[in-house]
Formats: sequence, structure tokens, C-alpha cells
Amino acid sequence: MNVAKANEPAPAALPARKVDWAPLVLVPLLALAALPLVGSTATWTTLTIAALAMGMMIFIMASGLTLVFGLMDVLNFGHGAFITVGAYAGLIAAVPLAGWLASDQLAVNAVALIAIILVAMAVTGLVGYAFERLIVMPVYGQHLKQILVTMGGLIVIQQLVIVLWGPVQIPLAVPQALRGAFFFGDVAIEKYRLTAVVLGLMIFVAMQLVLTRTKLGLLIRAGVENREMVEALGYRIRRLFVGVFVTGSMLAGLGGVMWGFYRETLTPGMGLEVMVMIFIVVIIGGLGSVGGCFIGALLVALTANYMSFLAPKLALGSNIILMVAILLWRAQGLFPVAKRA
Amino acid sequence: MPEAASGSAAAAGAICAPLLALAGVHTHIGPYHILHGVDLAVPRGGLTVLLGRNGAGKTTALRTIMGLWRASAGRIDFDGRPIAALPTSDIARAGIAYVPETMGIFSDLTVRENLVLAARQGAMDADRLRWLFGLFPAIERFWQLPAGTLSGGQKQMLSIARAIIEPRQLILVDEPTKGLAPAIIANMVAAFRELKATDTTILLVEQNFLVARALGDNVAVMEDGRIVHAGAMAELAEDRSLQQRLLGLSLDMHQ
Repeated sequence: MNVAKANEPAPAALPARKVDWAPLVLVPLLALAALPLVGSTATWTTLTIAALAMGMMIFIMASGLTLVFGLMDVLNFGHGAFITVGAYAGLIAAVPLAGWLASDQLAVNAVALIAIILVAMAVTGLVGYAFERLIVMPVYGQHLKQILVTMGGLIVIQQLVIVLWGPVQIPLAVPQALRGAFFFGDVAIEKYRLTAVVLGLMIFVAMQLVLTRTKLGLLIRAGVENREMVEALGYRIRRLFVGVFVTGSMLAGLGGVMWGFYRETLTPGMGLEVMVMIFIVVIIGGLGSVGGCFIGALLVALTANYMSFLAPKLALGSNIILMVAILLWRAQGLFPVAKRA
Repeated sequence: MPEAASGSAAAAGAICAPLLALAGVHTHIGPYHILHGVDLAVPRGGLTVLLGRNGAGKTTALRTIMGLWRASAGRIDFDGRPIAALPTSDIARAGIAYVPETMGIFSDLTVRENLVLAARQGAMDADRLRWLFGLFPAIERFWQLPAGTLSGGQKQMLSIARAIIEPRQLILVDEPTKGLAPAIIANMVAAFRELKATDTTILLVEQNFLVARALGDNVAVMEDGRIVHAGAMAELAEDRSLQQRLLGLSLDMHQ
């Protein structure tokens, strides 16, 4: 459904489109500001790459949530469940493919990894669909009930994970070829982190392309701004929303797999643990903005990493401080999404 | 120029029957009872103006027709088919376009993207687009700019353009001249005149009686959620005492 059409008359010369650069500049600015504080370039590079990897994973986990909120005003506190389910569902493929993951051939590793990701996304997609039908749909437009009911859903799913896989943590080793690090002088870059950065960037670019270049993406963005008008133009917003919800769940599942490999252990509470960070990312990005979510995720991850190195005691609160600072600057988030009055 | 779907009705009876008919329509919004049994017939072709004071229920009537608020009682028939129970998207697909009072522009999307979404059949027709650019030159000028950067009048034009980018049988327009400068209003009146020439049926909510008189073929006046007068615009335009009684004004006061 590409929207580029050949038969449109060429428009006259136009004034340039303004790009809001300020939030984009924040990321390199924050990184550069940390350099003199950290001192060593090598340490700083390692910290920064680790933060970028973490940021990408947070972005993947959070992107669905911001669209779900933007499109239907649904506060889904159960989103963390999809992260956990994704990570554990990955085990369905990871256990039988353990041999392939341990192979020292990159291609064999990659096939196993792709299989794990596909299984995780398929399962979280299905769980997301059921979650939307059973839990979210009955409470459209009622925020308080949404919080309570989706929280309840999260607890139920978390308990189901314990029933199915047990309460103890499960080790998950990074595929053999992605273990270790590349060395550039005294700078070490872990291969897995680099993979996460590349994968995250690919997903971000793919999402941007879908959102800006396809009619489906335009509909989603239009719906975030004014869903009533999208209906009045003849489109069923409900279908669109279910699609976005399921896709968001699948992305959370993918994020869960990546997060699981990153931590190298799975715990039933792993999704809930990152939810605070994800909510902060969605809020500082601007509710409903994918670009804001991306920048927000990078900022949160960089802050967390630098702070845990510079002042470990402050690390826990650093994200809250970041959120307060950004909301003082832009109360609607980095990229406020226009909402119908 | 563009072919509005109107001449295809086979039976002579179908042509005489109103395109849109509301019978005994009630609408509740929360605890408020806004429409108290609206009876309204919008004939095929031509422009029907819905007049009335603020709070008379004009906007509610349009939103109820679009299914954005549900009628709690009564019938709404479009082209001989009941539509009151349909979802908004199906009502739109039946051939009704809506230009809300708030314009409903997607400000994050470009002018072009706004129109791309309104053109449901896929590609925008080049001839029709050229015709639109003729009606509203600003659309062409700001084609690739975010719609949020347009002025109020330009947004209004974009909102109307979105409604007519493809031929629709009926267009509901809610106070398009509100807050606009006189020069822009004149442009808009000219655009509506041209649109009328394409046989598109228009139901226009308008507070500006001069605009209403200039464009309207038929008129219906609302008061307290009911239609209190319906007839030819020419008749109301002539009858000062009727204006006084229905609208609390006479044209002389405006001239």
C-alpha cells in the first residue's frame, strides 16, 4: 500500500519543512557531557555502547506501548507480561536448538536465533490478541479500570509462566558466535551488544518507514491524533488498533528474547522489572510518538549506565531525575503528539 | 466536472425521495437529552442549510448522522437504507463525508497525506486533484508541509478538500466560515457554488445568514433539539417576520 502516486501534479515550490532538532541533539550532548566525568575514553566507549544496546532493547519493548496508548488512550500496565512471555516462549525453540546455539558457526547460530525470535513473536502475538480481546476491549475509555484490569492480567500471566516453567531463574547463554568482544585498542565492544544495536536500529528504521511511507502507517499516525476523524473517513479504527496491539506485543516479545540473552537469565519477574523504565521512556518521549520513544529510550539507557558508573547510589533515581528534567522542559514529552482538542 | 453519483437512480420514485431522512431522532449525550425528535429531509442535489442558535443541536445532528453519537431513538435513512445502527466507518463508506466544526485535520501529516487518507480508492485522481487545486490554491502551495502549519482558513479548506477528494453523495459541513476573514469566506462560498454545480448534495450548518442565503436551496431551522421550520431558502430570505421569529434577526440588521 505505498502512497507514492505518479499521476499527481507537481506542487509549486514550498517553504522548507521544519525539523525539531533539539531532542535529537540531546543524545550526543548527554554522551559528550559524560566523557570528561567518566575520564577514560575506553570506559566511556564501553559504557556508551552498552547503553545504546540497552536503549535499543528498551525501545523495542516500549514502541508498541506508546502506539497503543496514542491510538486508543489505553493504559496497558500488562505490557510487561509480553516481555516475560516472549523471553520464555523463546525457550520453546532455544532448548531443542541448544546445540545450534552452541555451534561456533555464525550461520547456524543465526538460524537458531531467528527460530527463537519467530517462536517468541508468534506466541506473544497470540497472547497479545487474547489479552486485547479478553482484558482490554471491555474497558475502552475507562482509565482506572484499565490500570486495575491490565495489572491483574500481568499478574495472572506471570503466575502462568511460573506454573509452566517454574519459579527459579533459567540460564540462557548467548549464541556462541555472539559471545566475546571486538577489541579496538583498549576499547572492548561486546558482540552481542553490537548485534542488539544493529537489530534495534533496523526495527526503528522499519517502523519509521511503515509509519511514514505506507497508508497503514499514515492511518496509525492519523488515528493517534484523532481517531474519530479516521472513522469518519471510512476506516475501522478498531481493526487498526487490534493490529497495532498485536504488533506491539510481538515487539515486546522480541525485546524479551533480546533482554533475556542480554541478562543471560530468565526470571518470571523480568518483564515487570523493566516496566518502570519503559513507562518513563514512553512518557518522556511523548505519549504516542515512536520517534520520541526511540530518543527517550537512548536517553534513559545512557543516563542509567553513566550514573551507575559515576554514582551507583544515585543510579536508581537517575531515570526519575531525567524524566522530571525533561518534563520541566517539555511537559508533553520530547515530541508532543498533537491531540484533538 | 467530477461525476457525483446521483443520476444513476433508476426509479423515478428514488429520485424524488430525499437522499437523507431523519425521523424522530433523539440523541442523548451522557445525562443530557440534546435532540428531541428531529425530522429532517435533505433532498438530492442542492444545498440544505441547517440554521439555529448556539446549542440548538445542529452539531449534534450532524454527529448523529455520522454515527459519532448514537441516536437513542428514531430512524436515519440514507439513500433509502437505514444507517442509524451502522458504525461510523460504514456510514462514511456509504457515501457521506464529514467536515467537522473542529476541522479534524491530522496536523502531524502533510497536506498530501491528509488527502491520501481521504482518497479511499487508492490513487488520487489527477483531474480531480487539479480541480481541487483550482478551488483551493493553498492546498497545492503547501502540498508537502505538515497540515498543522496551515492557517485556520487553509485548514478549513483542507478539511473540505478531504471530503470531496473523491465524489461523495452527501457532504456534511459544520460551520466552515466560523472565525474566518471575509475574503476567505468569499473564497469558500465560491468553492461551495462550484461544488453544488457537480450535483453533490450538501448539508451545511451555518450561523452566518448571509452565507446561508447565498448558498442555500433549502433551509431547516433548529431550536432546542427540534426542527421548527423547513422549506425553501428563498421563502425564508423574503420573509422578514419569519426570520425575526425563527432566528431573532432580520437580514436588514446584517446589511
